[in-house]
Amino acid sequence: MKTTRRTVETALTHVVLASLALIWIYPFLWMISTSFKTNAEVIASLGLIPDRFRFENFVKAWVEARFARYFLNTVVTTVSVVSVVLISSAMSGYVFGRRRFIGKHLIMGLIIATMFIPQGSTIIPVYDLIYRLGLLNTLWGVILAITGGAHVVFILLFAGQFVQIPIDLEHAAVIDGCSFVQTFWHVMMPTAKPVAATVVIFQTIHTWNEFLVPLVLTLSKPDLRTLAVGLYAFVGEYTIDWVGLSAGATISVMPIIVFFLFVQRYFVKGLAGAIKA
Amino acid sequence: MKYRSIGRRLWDERWSYLFLVPMLTLFTLFTLRSIYFSFFISTYRWSGVGDPTQFIGLENFVRVARDPLFWNAFKNTLTMVLAVTPGQLILGLVFALILNRKFRGADVYRTLYFLPVVTTAAIVGLIMPLIFSPLSGPVNVVFMRLGLISQPLDWLGSPDTALTTVIIVMIWKWTGTYIVYWLAGLQTIPDELYEAAQVEGANGRQQLFRITLPLLKPIAAVIILLCVVGNLKPFNLIKTMTDGGPYFATDVVMTYIYRYAFSAEQGIPRLGLASAAGIFYGLVVIAITGVQGLMVRRVNAARKDASVQSRTQGIRVATGVAGTR
Repeated sequence: MKTTRRTVETALTHVVLASLALIWIYPFLWMISTSFKTNAEVIASLGLIPDRFRFENFVKAWVEARFARYFLNTVVTTVSVVSVVLISSAMSGYVFGRRRFIGKHLIMGLIIATMFIPQGSTIIPVYDLIYRLGLLNTLWGVILAITGGAHVVFILLFAGQFVQIPIDLEHAAVIDGCSFVQTFWHVMMPTAKPVAATVVIFQTIHTWNEFLVPLVLTLSKPDLRTLAVGLYAFVGEYTIDWVGLSAGATISVMPIIVFFLFVQRYFVKGLAGAIKA
Repeated sequence: MKYRSIGRRLWDERWSYLFLVPMLTLFTLFTLRSIYFSFFISTYRWSGVGDPTQFIGLENFVRVARDPLFWNAFKNTLTMVLAVTPGQLILGLVFALILNRKFRGADVYRTLYFLPVVTTAAIVGLIMPLIFSPLSGPVNVVFMRLGLISQPLDWLGSPDTALTTVIIVMIWKWTGTYIVYWLAGLQTIPDELYEAAQVEGANGRQQLFRITLPLLKPIAAVIILLCVVGNLKPFNLIKTMTDGGPYFATDVVMTYIYRYAFSAEQGIPRLGLASAAGIFYGLVVIAITGVQGLMVRRVNAARKDASVQSRTQGIRVATGVAGTR
């Protein structure tokens, strides 16, 4: 008796959760399906399966609407930002977690105290800074501005990892003649691969989705638009092209969704870990 | 320990300081300088061309404080926080409680509910006007077929419904985050407690209200803090979805700032004024964070041991050194 009740309960849970999940991701399904349709077909039917799979919209977006260019810009920006953030956070995390030096607590206090300043309050100074550095309307400017600031959470994650490494390991490295840099790179960093993975995952998703910084820094240089900014401009120019917009949106978000699906176990673990910390 | 002079100590740790150079450079340029520059520029009338020369004291702040559009944007920002936060937290908790029962496929649902979170907010904001479009957008078509409405509504285009629609989209977009947070919280509650409760004959409801919810309290304080802070910054979504419209019905402080600083519709950019609004906004965000931070501390002080324990555990989970499962 009890097992039957359990089975029914589980089945019911599945029905409810699956229906909700379908509604939940419907906007994505609709967007993908619309990118295969014609504008007339979209108006005529609600069905998610298009009459036939047309790839014209994707080709048009990729070539004519210059999404190939935007795609490249986004990839270059993301890879650069993630590399710099990873290295700079790991280096800071290492000295915060393992070294004792004058000013350590002052510096940590300062970066933690400023971590909640909203982007809206800093975008004008950031714009001004990039302009003064002569990097306005360059991809370097966009990369630098997204990288800017201290990534407190990442630094603390690295510090939390490095602080656990037994001191003997470091002594052994010194006796073997490892320099400061070699100890960091060959002894410490290999123990922090999971943290590095977390940082790469979070920063990749964050950078791919960044909008305000590339928007204001490429206002007069369409060649440097990232995917999100490019699609925003596209809507400004072709207001009623639903299928073109959907194809552009699909091109823009599918890479990050696929990336997420591959790394989601680590991502969710990292998110859950961050909240507990 | 041998006494070492300050100079000696600095020299001995020269590599430590060198290792901080990349982070400190970025921090100084983009955070410290930004704080200084915001305050500096907020006392000038400045269009962004050349160096600011026209010092006007606190006039920008007075103008912002007297601008009904600023207060409208401020009110909308708070309305969104107050409406979206409970929505995300409650919905997230309900999903988490269901998914925590560890049946097969629970991870798949979690992933599906999480998808909107990782999707570019700016692009969601561009697709939503189609989904809610009065010209045969799917929401209107479905609602009309179900007989819920007799004619299509202009969800995002009419001042009556735009704010509510934006709020719904915001709840949908970020609830996945809170499912994951709540699940992490639920996993800190030991199974033995539930087993003991079952032996004592407690039903599901009693277990929920006597065990689960009280034990979630410390972590709930942190989750609420993060939720509020997150909902204070909806720029990307709003900018692309409604741009603050129609008639400023969904205008938020960040779209207000953007309009004065970067948008041509307003004529000459007024970066000083926008900075003044930005400073005010930043102070409000920091004040709210600070008050909530104190509350988190008070809740956690009562369970100091537990919090220390969960902190070390949290770091280990985050780094993946010790898998909990």
